[in-house]
Amino acid sequence: MEKPFAITLDPGSSLANHTGSWRTSRPVYIDRLPPCNKQCPAGEDIQGWLFHAESGDYESAWRHLTKDNPFPAIMGRVCYHSCESVCNRGQIDEPVGINSVERFLGDEALKLGWKLTPPSSESGKNVLVVGAGPSGMSAAYHLRRLGHSVTVYEAGPLLGGMMRFGIPKYRLPRDILEAEMQRVVELGVKVNLNTKVDNILNTMADGKFDAAFLAVGAHIGKRARIPAGDAAKIVDAISLLRSMEGEEKPMLGRRVVVYGGGNTAIDVARTAKRMGAEPLIVYRRTRAAMPAHDFEMEEALQEGIMVKWLSTITQADESSLTIEKMALDETGFPQPTGEFETIEADSLVLALGQDVDLGLLEGVPGLEVKDGVVKVAPNMMTGHPGIFAGGDMVPAERNVTVGIGHGKQAARHIDAWLRGEEHVPAVQHEVANFEKLNTWYYADAPKTVRPMLDIIRRQSTFDEVQGGLDESTALFEARRCLSCGNCFECDNCYGVCPDNAVIKLGPGKRFQFNYDYCKGCGMCVAECPCGAIKMEAEEI
Amino acid sequence: MSFQPVHFYQTGTFTVGNRLLEASERSVQANIERTNSLNSGHRACQGCGEALGARYAIDAAMNAARGRLIAANATGCLEVFSTPYPETSWQIPWIHSLFGNTAAVATGIAAAIKVKKQKGQMGDVRVVAQGGDGGTTDIGFGCLSGMFERNDDVLYICYDNGGYMNTGVQRSSATPPAARTATTMPVGPEPGNQFGQGKFLPAIAMAHEIPYVATATVADLRDLEYKVTKAMGMRGARYIHILVPCPLGWGAASEDTILLARLAKETGIFPVFEAENGEITGNLKIRRKQPVEEYLKRQKRYAHLFGKKPAVATIARLQAAADKNIRKYGLLDQEAN
Amino acid sequence: MLKQTEGSHAVAEAVGLCRPEVICAYPISPQTHIVEGLGEMVKAGEVTDCEFINVESEFAAMSVAIGSSATGARTYTATASQGILFMCEAVYNASGLGLPIVMTVANRAIGAPINIWNDHTDALSQRDSGWIQLFAETNQEALDLHILAFKLAEEVSLPVMVCMDGFILTHAYERVDVPTQEQVDAFLPPYEPRQVLDPTDPVSIGAMVGPEAFSEVRYLAHAKQMQALELIPKLAAQFKTIFGRDSGGLTHSYLTDDAETIVVAMGSILGTIKDVVDEMRQAGEKIGVLGIISYRPFPLEEVRNALQNAKRVVVLEKSLAVGIGGVVSTDVRMAMSGLQLEGHTVVAGLGGRAITMKSLHALFAKAVAGELERLTFLDLDWDVVNKQLERERTTRRSGPAAESMLRDVGVVAARIG
Repeated sequence: MEKPFAITLDPGSSLANHTGSWRTSRPVYIDRLPPCNKQCPAGEDIQGWLFHAESGDYESAWRHLTKDNPFPAIMGRVCYHSCESVCNRGQIDEPVGINSVERFLGDEALKLGWKLTPPSSESGKNVLVVGAGPSGMSAAYHLRRLGHSVTVYEAGPLLGGMMRFGIPKYRLPRDILEAEMQRVVELGVKVNLNTKVDNILNTMADGKFDAAFLAVGAHIGKRARIPAGDAAKIVDAISLLRSMEGEEKPMLGRRVVVYGGGNTAIDVARTAKRMGAEPLIVYRRTRAAMPAHDFEMEEALQEGIMVKWLSTITQADESSLTIEKMALDETGFPQPTGEFETIEADSLVLALGQDVDLGLLEGVPGLEVKDGVVKVAPNMMTGHPGIFAGGDMVPAERNVTVGIGHGKQAARHIDAWLRGEEHVPAVQHEVANFEKLNTWYYADAPKTVRPMLDIIRRQSTFDEVQGGLDESTALFEARRCLSCGNCFECDNCYGVCPDNAVIKLGPGKRFQFNYDYCKGCGMCVAECPCGAIKMEAEEI
Repeated sequence: MSFQPVHFYQTGTFTVGNRLLEASERSVQANIERTNSLNSGHRACQGCGEALGARYAIDAAMNAARGRLIAANATGCLEVFSTPYPETSWQIPWIHSLFGNTAAVATGIAAAIKVKKQKGQMGDVRVVAQGGDGGTTDIGFGCLSGMFERNDDVLYICYDNGGYMNTGVQRSSATPPAARTATTMPVGPEPGNQFGQGKFLPAIAMAHEIPYVATATVADLRDLEYKVTKAMGMRGARYIHILVPCPLGWGAASEDTILLARLAKETGIFPVFEAENGEITGNLKIRRKQPVEEYLKRQKRYAHLFGKKPAVATIARLQAAADKNIRKYGLLDQEAN
Repeated sequence: MLKQTEGSHAVAEAVGLCRPEVICAYPISPQTHIVEGLGEMVKAGEVTDCEFINVESEFAAMSVAIGSSATGARTYTATASQGILFMCEAVYNASGLGLPIVMTVANRAIGAPINIWNDHTDALSQRDSGWIQLFAETNQEALDLHILAFKLAEEVSLPVMVCMDGFILTHAYERVDVPTQEQVDAFLPPYEPRQVLDPTDPVSIGAMVGPEAFSEVRYLAHAKQMQALELIPKLAAQFKTIFGRDSGGLTHSYLTDDAETIVVAMGSILGTIKDVVDEMRQAGEKIGVLGIISYRPFPLEEVRNALQNAKRVVVLEKSLAVGIGGVVSTDVRMAMSGLQLEGHTVVAGLGGRAITMKSLHALFAKAVAGELERLTFLDLDWDVVNKQLERERTTRRSGPAAESMLRDVGVVAARIG
């Protein structure tokens, strides 16, 4: 068409006008650190594996997850999921059920027989791991994946450590535990069971180990100084729980008093209930102050477990205990009142904390032990070069997840140390806190509740209390993830740009800015649901 | 709910797209091959709601018309920023004639198409007319009403930013009460635009009993696309009134354009609904109701309401108007009432 | 085919034969009979493949025409007087966009005071609008000019106004020769637009043009009218070969070759003037007439050639440029620039005032005698004017002038001049 001059123009010719020159600041795509990831003691990329789960690609999700943590089926049961307490979704409706999705993935992997990824090459280095608990087996897994030859020495007869001897079956079925342990062994990790290491230096020398990771659990129950008659039946919680794994179940009698307010106290009480006893927890402070997780306390109460708050045990006899009532002072600390009562008790279980047997460290030069734990540098190495430690042995919160995290960190540092290098963890991104999100865009979707076992069966059997999610509910739960700080390809930036200055690269490839036309209005930043874009000043 | 929301629990209907949605459930704007009817390089201000609304609407219309669409455009920002010689941003056949005659020009186009079709010289081509609120509710109102009355086969889209922004932010009959413009300055005993009956064109359009009337905002893309698509599926005169915030005229941050459109809807200040043959058939419910202050205080055109002595009475009148909309158009779910 | 018919209907038939595709109609006297006729033809199926649209204003009429013409449809509308002023913005727009719309203007005065009768003020108010403006002398010419207009408009991509005197032509029953469809088809091919709104080849029409190109755009509009100036005589020749009669062209000369006095005029008054000239010729006066058909583009060259041997020129026009005098005369004088001619402007027939042969005789005699003033208002009632001027001089609140004067002249006289 021969067009009239000036008044008629060719289509789309404004591309010649590069409006990007108007800009004083530019949007850039970033990845912020989701609060869950930052919180996770095991260092899981939770948002990352949920991203795969959201699309129903559970195997990719599981593979992404197991890059950091080889035990999702265990984690999905026993992890206290502090990730959920910091989940930004909690400020909209309820946190994402991260733990339940993790368990679903773990169970799915076991059901479908997914295998962990074997190392691509061998380093020729020998690493000793002492203790087949969460920390030790986590380290063994990561070291093995890095190509090192790994041998685990375990004093006990089975793999799992405190996961087996400290956590009741109704919370962690043993077939699950065993399956996830074996999957690590299948990577080529050598395991010597019933092999207690008495002297670490000798063992290392004998086995020609280049480095060692010590992860001995806190198996020794703390005793309290309670005046007791000879006939009084007093056991410690850990011994009790361990004996539950054996052939002969412990004899506790009908009236079992559990002394303590931690998770172990509750585990013991619930275990006793399942054995037909009538457990009573005695704790010197209030429910609000107890260290046990509230959901565990709640479940225990549902199962009919009684608690005496603000009480200390002052005397134990054959069939009774003397209890002194306490009262909170103005600082909230319990003080004795001088008021006593006597209660009937067939046995007393002390759940007052645990210690680690540090005997294997005797005579190791450079080691520093304080308050029953070994001091380690930020790289998890003890004062003795080549000997690293983690889990219950080092100063930290004691739980399975922390142990697994220690194992991973130690493995990376050991790997670097073996090469004469230093492992420098990647710099953490800025946290994607709630204010960085535009939560308008998320649909309303309350958390999925996992099925709970009937109360009667909970009181009488060791069947697992908490069920798992089925596929559809796991998918629902995964999709509740806000993907904080990380693009989930919602197309908002692509859509809301008034200047079409966002290029959509296609599935899985995210987006790119076309700075030729971007005027820097900032709408993409404001309307990004997950806070994965930020404005940066242009250099002028 | 005036349209079928996507029941998708991550972002549902709210985001532009989502990698997890079925292709059929994605918006036109999410498509990597969308028309971009209004191309890059246009000279709209940063964060222009009208540029965004126009691309949303015309891309959706192009999608519905399978690329066979002609647009007539009134004088105004949209025309000026899109077609200054020697470049145009339009990728579709497009004509600008005058400020006040766009509906009539579109009528002519539709008439020509009808004849060309009869003669077998042209396939089915659809017509859209578009203009700002000045070109629609004021100077173009006569032609628009005529087009409605004749029920010409034209979809007219008004991009309402509440004033004559192109000429320097003067008042139009769509300027809301109390708003500052260059001709309703915030001075004297009644600062800002007067309170009055206003001129809510969607209601006037409904009075013509044309096949379809709808309102929409740039904050609800899915709703907007649904309405354009629905309108394109009908014949006769159709009218869609889209609220498009203007950062310049409203004195708002350029990144707040969508937020303000959302707040206009969530406060009830701008009712989002649709009507067929003069009767309301659906509305978009308020999801998280907000007081009008949340909307007003982000705009400098209302800054005089929030001075040292806040204009409590004026704000209350604006709140009352929003509440009236909520009642009149049933914008709150019953249980939320 | 010869038939006795009303001028409006003759035009309607001519337009119908041009195979229009879109017609926009808005009623205003005295053009109503034209669109009524077309409306009936379309509705009756005599004109096929045509959309007849009853719009809500003249502004809409021209705007609809802009839309349809830009979409490649042959488009027609008609208007008059206030109507052309109301559509004025769109009139300029249509020519600015180069859209070959054809519009009949049934010439009528412009108010206030409101007046439905004939003069040329309406069309001449649009002389700079960029439209081609052709003035018909007779109903036959009005009919023919419409056929020519479509061809001319489409060849140069400019809109054309065909101006015919309201009532005097539009409502007069005369014998006209209505051509056959075959003749019209042979003369007027289907419209092939220079630019069109087409989804298969999208363009943006109506861009905003700044100082960097605006003068060029305007010059090109001028250049197109200059092309039309060359084309109009050629089309008239083509027209003659097909239809067998002279019609159109730029000007008509009548007895000008040896004339010492030449009267210049446009439209139907030419017939009356020719009658007077014939009588004066018989009395021995060397007087002739130059009729202008193409007012825009204005044929400076032809007018100059026709006038250069005369001694005096009387431009008799049905329009008034208030504050200076003539409208047409200004252009005629430009054509006469450098020629030592006596020039006179006679404003006549405003608002339908009858121009009688008697008055013209007296006028031309005065001109020949060298007694005509530069600017004359034919048959002005000085009594009424002077009374009103006196009223306004003496009374502050003198009241509405038109109504006062009507009282002075008497109501009966106000009905028709």
